[in-house]
Order: sequence, then structure tokens, then C-alpha cells
Amino acid sequence: MKTESILEKVITSGNLALTSECGPPRGTSSEKVIEKAKMLKGYVDAVNVTDNQTAMVRMSSLAACVFIKQLGMDPILQMVTRDRNRLAMQSDILGAYAHGINTMVCLSGDHPYFGDHPMAKNVHDIDSIQLVQMVKDMRDKGKFQGGDDILNPPKMFIGAAANPFADPFELRVARLAKKINAGADFVQTQCIYNLDKFEKWMEGVRDRGLHEKIHILAGITPMKTAGMAKYMKNRVPGMDVPDEVIKRMSGVPKEKQADEGIKISVEAIERLKAVEGVKGFHLMAIEWEEKVPEIAEKAGLLPRPEFGN
Amino acid sequence: MITAERKPMEELIECLRPYHRILLVGCNECVTVCSAGGRKEVGILSSALQMAFMKEGKTLEIREITLERQCDPEYIEELVTDISQAEAVMSMACGCGVQEIAKRFKEKPVFPAVNTSFMGASEQQGVWAERCQGCGDCVLGITGGICPVARCSKQLFNGPCGGSTTGKCEINPDIDCAWQLIWDRMKALGIEENYEKNMPPKDWRTSRGGGPRTIIREDLAK
Repeated sequence: MKTESILEKVITSGNLALTSECGPPRGTSSEKVIEKAKMLKGYVDAVNVTDNQTAMVRMSSLAACVFIKQLGMDPILQMVTRDRNRLAMQSDILGAYAHGINTMVCLSGDHPYFGDHPMAKNVHDIDSIQLVQMVKDMRDKGKFQGGDDILNPPKMFIGAAANPFADPFELRVARLAKKINAGADFVQTQCIYNLDKFEKWMEGVRDRGLHEKIHILAGITPMKTAGMAKYMKNRVPGMDVPDEVIKRMSGVPKEKQADEGIKISVEAIERLKAVEGVKGFHLMAIEWEEKVPEIAEKAGLLPRPEFGN
Repeated sequence: MITAERKPMEELIECLRPYHRILLVGCNECVTVCSAGGRKEVGILSSALQMAFMKEGKTLEIREITLERQCDPEYIEELVTDISQAEAVMSMACGCGVQEIAKRFKEKPVFPAVNTSFMGASEQQGVWAERCQGCGDCVLGITGGICPVARCSKQLFNGPCGGSTTGKCEINPDIDCAWQLIWDRMKALGIEENYEKNMPPKDWRTSRGGGPRTIIREDLAK
């Protein structure tokens, strides 16, 4: 074991891991974070806490992580390279680890163009792969990126994202390899609706033996409505929603679409469980956290393993 | 070249309002090539300003001159006579030219007539696109001749990000994904293996990270 991360324990023990996600509020109420996190308590191993997702200002991921940690849960600190340079990121990593946060996900972040501050200067001092490398060197070499020693280095279990659906497809396995080379321990994938394409990507991953070098958590997002499905297909960059899925969501009456969305997610999990190299699931129920226990239950992912902490 | 675009007329009129005699200075270099501030544009702006002020019942006397290079003190010297007769200067050069005038003629107000944009190339008649950010440590030899600093919206050194779609950038379908271009070029050159070499964090000291930059060539400097 490289870290104290519960996620690492679950995966290493051979169980399918289950993570979920919590977006901090666009304001100062800690209750919002606590309320969302409590819905997930006991149903997932750890909870990703997003970092100004979609480039909209929100309570900081680190602050929200601390609230979740105080509930006796395991937050995963998401960190994007868009808003901070390497000094700021490293200091937040030290602070997070001092608060007992030992798992993080390194991302480049949505471009400010998509958010509520399109006029902001985007930083991008380093990119997501360089961030992975930096966190690994902090952990394994006990060094800051600038080369100095760290007192009590942070031991982070290091995550990254993978999008098998973006272009060019032929680079998607290679880019995973780059993340492995940089030091990523696990990846959470983009929401999977096109299962055939995901399986094809996994084939490429296995062909190179990469599934043995990194833990892959398959991303699942239940859709609430046919409208949401269409929005994701047409408006969200890098999202692949096949027409059959839209058809299936549109094919049921409005009041039953949420149930259909959950059914699609459960079926996807069932199918992906059989894919060699899939070590678990990342269930992103966006503003729909209350459905996570139901989906986890139906997909046979409960109860979660316990490790006495 | 350094590209620029002329500022909106209203803004130019507003800053010239207090004056009656100005010197309008073009530049024969980059801004001429990108049709923003060469001799031709000086003439056009001069007429437009005079007409605009005439409508307001005011006369604006404009003397026009276009220097060979406004970023060079040697050529700036040519302004000495004309500038003494003007109350203010409007420069149609890039920001470098404007600052050279300000430096040489300390008592004379100088206003930029253009917004200096980027270092770019001409894509077609009337279209220019950014190519270089002058980061001071060129990586084009590794990236197949396409710059990730200037051309990737997120300046990724290890792209493409998850938003690359059919060769285009997620922020605008008119912008090429730099990493798609880099990959295509690597394939064309048969250097695909370069892709998986992780590029380390950049040392931005050679860029603006190290403060304003100076180049000193000992062999040339006096």
C-alpha cells in the first residue's frame, strides 16, 4: 500500500470500488455540503469533491472536503490546473493532507469560457499530467516541484480522469499510458453511455497491459430526463451519447424517464462489471445524490466493504 | 508578425477631443502587413477623424507620417520636427512603437490607435491567427512544428484534453485542436513515439514568469 487511502484499500482487497461526487455550493452554507454527503454515507467508499466545476465559482474543494472528512467519510480532493499555479496547488495539497485527506484527482479543468467568469485569466502553469507527476514526487521523493525537501510529505493516492470518447480515439489509450507514466494510481472515466466504444477502448488498454498498472473506475451518470440526454449529447464537449439512449429515454412518458435513466445506469454497471480491467465505478449523480444508494443497491454494489475506520 | 486591430472610432475620438493639432504616426512593418496601421490605414483614419470632428463643428489638424519602424529609436528621431508642432501623437504601430514614442518625447501625450493582439500568421486574405506566445524556450522541434503554448486553449504540454472533438477545440469549433494537429504531424513525420514522452513542467522564467525580458548580445551591444 502506498497510502492510507480507503479507496486504495478497497481496490487492493479485490472489491469493486464505488466512488461518487459532490459539488460544493455556490455560497457559504456548509449545511449544503453536509446534506449532500450524508446521502452518500455508507453507500460509497469515497466522494469526489469538485473544484469549481464547469468553471463556475463554488466553495473550494478543500474546504468542502474538510466538512465531509468531519462526517467520518472519505473525500477525494479534485484539483484543476486552470485556477492556480504550482505554488498554490502544492500548498493546498499540504493543507489537505494535514486535514487527513489522502486521495485526490488531478485535472486540467473546464475552460473558463464555459463558466461564469469567462473574463478570467486561466493559469495553466502545469497541465493535469504534470500535476500527477508533481503529486507523485511529493509523495515518493518527498520533494516539492521546485526541488526542495518537504517536511512530512503528503501521501496522496493519485487519481486522474480519462475520456475514452474524445478525439482522436487512437490517442486515448496512449494518453492513459502517459498518466500512468506520470504516476496516476487510478482513473475515473468520463460518463459512459456508448458501452461498445468504452469496451473497445478497454481492449486497447488491455492489449498494452495498462489495466494492470492503473485502477480504472468506470464513470456512470444517471439521466433524469430525455432533455438532459439530448443536452449531454449536443452541448457537453467530449460526451458520447448514442441515439439509442436518447430514443430509449424519449420513448417513455416524462414521469417515468427518471426511472428509465436509473435503469440504463444499472444495466451499464452490470455489463461493465464483466469487463476485465474495470476495478469499480464512479457514480456521478449530478444534483441527484439521493439516487446513489438506490443505483448502488440495484447494481449489486452494496454493502460496501469495511476496514474498521 | 505582430498583429493588431484598429480601436473603435468612438474610443479614438474620445481621447483626441482635447486637441486641435495632432500627429498620426503609422509603421511600415507588421501593422502594415496586417492592414492595421500602415501608410494606407493612416490616411483612412486621418480622413475619418477629420470628418467625425467636422460633424461636431470642430477642426482637427492632422499631420500624417509613416515610419519605417516605430520600434527603433533611429527611426523615431525622424519625428522631431513634426512632433514639436503637434499637441499630441496618435500611433498606429503596435504597443512597442507607441512606447518608443513615449520614451523619446517625454512631454508629449501619445495614444494608441490599435489594439496589439498577437504574434501570428496570415491564414488567408484578411484572416490572421495566433502562432507564437514568445515563451522564450521553443518546443516546436518536439511538437512537430505546432505550438501547444500558443495554440492549445489550455496550454497543455501533454494534450489533447477530453474536449477535443473531430479535430476542433471544445471552446470554439472554428479553432483547430492543437494536439490533433500535433498528432497528425507526428504521424506524417513518423515520430509517433514522441507522443508518449511526458513533457515536464515548463520553466516560465524564460517567458513572463521572470518579469520583463531583455536580450543582450554582448557581441553587438556597445
